[in-house]
Amino acid sequence: MSIRTITFDAIVVGGGGAGMRASLQMAQSGFKTALISKVFPTRSHTVSAQGGITCAIASADPNDDWRWHMYDTVKGSDYIGDQDAIEYMCQVGPEAVFELDHMGLPFSRTEEGRIYQRPFGGQSKNFGEGGQAARTCAAADRTGHALLHTLYQQNLKNGTQFYNEWYAAELVKDANENVCGVIAISIETGETVFFKAKATVFATGGSGRIYSSTTNALINTGDGVGMALRAGVPVQDIEMWQFHPTGIAGAGVLVTEGCRGEGGYLINKDGERFMERYAPNAKDLASRDVVARSMMMEILDGRGDGPDGNYVYLKLDHLGEEVLHSRLPGICELAITFAGTDPVKEPIPVVPTCHYMMGGIPTNVHGQALKMSGGHEGEDQIVNGLFAVGEVACVSVHGANRLGGNSLLDLVVFGRAAGLYIEDALRQGMTQYEPSNDDIEAALTRVNRWNDSKGGESVHSLRKELQTTMQNHFGVFRKGDLMEEGVQKLADLRGRIAKAHLDDKSSAFNMARVEALELDNLLEVAEATAIAAYNRTESRGAHSRYDYPDRDDENWLCHSIYDPRTKQLGKREVNFKPKTVETFQPKVRTY
Amino acid sequence: MKVSIYRYNPDTDREPTMKEYEVDTQGKDLMVLDILALVKEQDESLSYRRSCREGVCGSDGMNINGKNGLACITPLSEVAPGVKEGKKPLVLRPLPGLPVIRDLVVDMGVFYEQYEKVQPYLQNQSPAPAIERLQSPEERAKLDGLYECILCACCSTSCPSFWWNPEKFLGPAALLQSYRFLADSRDDATEERLSRLDDPFSLFRCRGIMNCVSVCPKGLNPTRAIGHIRSMLLERGV
Repeated sequence: MSIRTITFDAIVVGGGGAGMRASLQMAQSGFKTALISKVFPTRSHTVSAQGGITCAIASADPNDDWRWHMYDTVKGSDYIGDQDAIEYMCQVGPEAVFELDHMGLPFSRTEEGRIYQRPFGGQSKNFGEGGQAARTCAAADRTGHALLHTLYQQNLKNGTQFYNEWYAAELVKDANENVCGVIAISIETGETVFFKAKATVFATGGSGRIYSSTTNALINTGDGVGMALRAGVPVQDIEMWQFHPTGIAGAGVLVTEGCRGEGGYLINKDGERFMERYAPNAKDLASRDVVARSMMMEILDGRGDGPDGNYVYLKLDHLGEEVLHSRLPGICELAITFAGTDPVKEPIPVVPTCHYMMGGIPTNVHGQALKMSGGHEGEDQIVNGLFAVGEVACVSVHGANRLGGNSLLDLVVFGRAAGLYIEDALRQGMTQYEPSNDDIEAALTRVNRWNDSKGGESVHSLRKELQTTMQNHFGVFRKGDLMEEGVQKLADLRGRIAKAHLDDKSSAFNMARVEALELDNLLEVAEATAIAAYNRTESRGAHSRYDYPDRDDENWLCHSIYDPRTKQLGKREVNFKPKTVETFQPKVRTY
Repeated sequence: MKVSIYRYNPDTDREPTMKEYEVDTQGKDLMVLDILALVKEQDESLSYRRSCREGVCGSDGMNINGKNGLACITPLSEVAPGVKEGKKPLVLRPLPGLPVIRDLVVDMGVFYEQYEKVQPYLQNQSPAPAIERLQSPEERAKLDGLYECILCACCSTSCPSFWWNPEKFLGPAALLQSYRFLADSRDDATEERLSRLDDPFSLFRCRGIMNCVSVCPKGLNPTRAIGHIRSMLLERGV
């Protein structure tokens, strides 16, 4: 079977904030750039980001300093965020945020006409000594929506070539493991095409859909991680999953941390503001991992409310109708729609809900994907032709726990950085690696497998089982024996998914085929998560184990590297060498 | 409860049909999108767009018992009396007026083209400052009710003027975006923007029917935005 080839200088896979910031950079410089997205770009999950983009632009506090932001981020990461990358993000951040304003992003404003900033969790002034900072730049509680639409508009203006509703199915590599492009399928027509490019940028976002309860969109199925793992590219810190403290109980829909930034707080069924006990200083604005665990302890100790005692409340009514409607209008809508409560009058039932994948494809600050010389250990090596930015990447600025508002900053800073790097590399002459027909054929194996399937279990039942396994065995609190059982269940699922059935083989807008291909990716992410979580024998950041309750800096002050070929977990050094500031040494982490 | 869904697959069907499904909601007031997921468990060949499932991405606009809306934030109890109780069927069709690709999926090409025609991006000839362009809270407040559009197309595909002239009348969604930039104190392309709208069709085909206002899932008011643009054009003409 021979398929059509379309050639570009660079292709970006994924139309969220990171992908569109990268494509914008390259399109502006006149290189032939394509953006391949399985949904129309403004339907990407960045649109759901609410509270804002954290950055020391010195609006709320004229003395604010990016180094304070860096300190908070390093501490938030529980010291396994790379300090050179965090330094770069916090330092370059203001420039990237001002660019967004110049592009037209409708930020909320202060009386001085500057961008409005609100307090978020884990923020401090003066390296933790000066009290709570207000550093999160906001467009009401619709910052992600405003950012995503602005970036789409700028890409229109600058002539990015969009392949909307095209599904990227597999990486294409040559015999020497250099990346040559991707296989993608037009969802509308079913046509399968080889997109060839000198640079392939993955900006495919997260994979919250490996859990049954998640704030993530239905499209967040880890397609980039799946493709990378199948191509033998490792993932880093993939056991680190953030559970956001405030997902609406039952629906899983996100309620921004900005609610607590604006003065809201959590209460248990007795009406007690319990965070005062767990984090006496920061209280409800402690880091997300700390707040999520505290909520789960309240629930496990019988102080949750509801018929099953499995949620607590977010109280906002004391802020008053005016503040709620001007600062948090989207939350008011969501609470009424999905919880049946009006936050102006009643508290919202909330529960920690899977929200963000801190791990991902290891990269350097230019977005270049990395692998290890020995598979799961050894020296860093660049994967030629492959880049990753945003949630799919692990650069790593979030380490073991991401701070609220740092995700949008990560997207624009590293989307931009990868774009700048590729732009420069293209100018100097980048190699186009050429795959053989056999290489292309190999990349089509999986698509052909589904297209030829003749019987077997259905995609939706297997997906449900996978999600339940992850929810029950790899949640907020983890335990060795329970995780071991989970790893077994996933191994069994792997065998069954390999024989699963796609009944609908039609070509026009076949969503069943897309969901089948997504299921393979969910499995890859789930299994990598499970094996990494089981093998990291400590508690750090979002990874919390009953059987290893303490942080173990002696053995685990490092990244984990999961090699898909051997399913082994290795270690990689964390960067402790920022360029312009002193290293932030690991300390006991309290809020 | 009974669900009746518009089905059409160009590979196999000569013409569209309404197909009936039986779904057990266990008496819950589910969202229409949840019902679609239950139907898809029975019949994986059903295609529809969906993403955020919380009303912010604009993927799942469709015609629900005769009215355009987002499946993910429309509970059965709000569709029509008797639907949640199973006394009346839930009837789902694609957004009207656009070509159907398959089932509930429409070709949104012309809708996006009209959006692009209004040059939906900030234009400012003056050099950008080292920080943000300053904007007062009052100036910023003028963008409320405009920037929140999610491009779901519920409004434009409920508009008779758009049905008649989808290529020439920009439609409520694109015009709302046009005004979003006209109203932005940081944009200085007002004159060019107005000139492009000054013909009998682009804007003036709006007859004030206000279907757009009644269906907008975000509670926005395109008719009012169109009124503001009309005033700007009139003032400019004097």
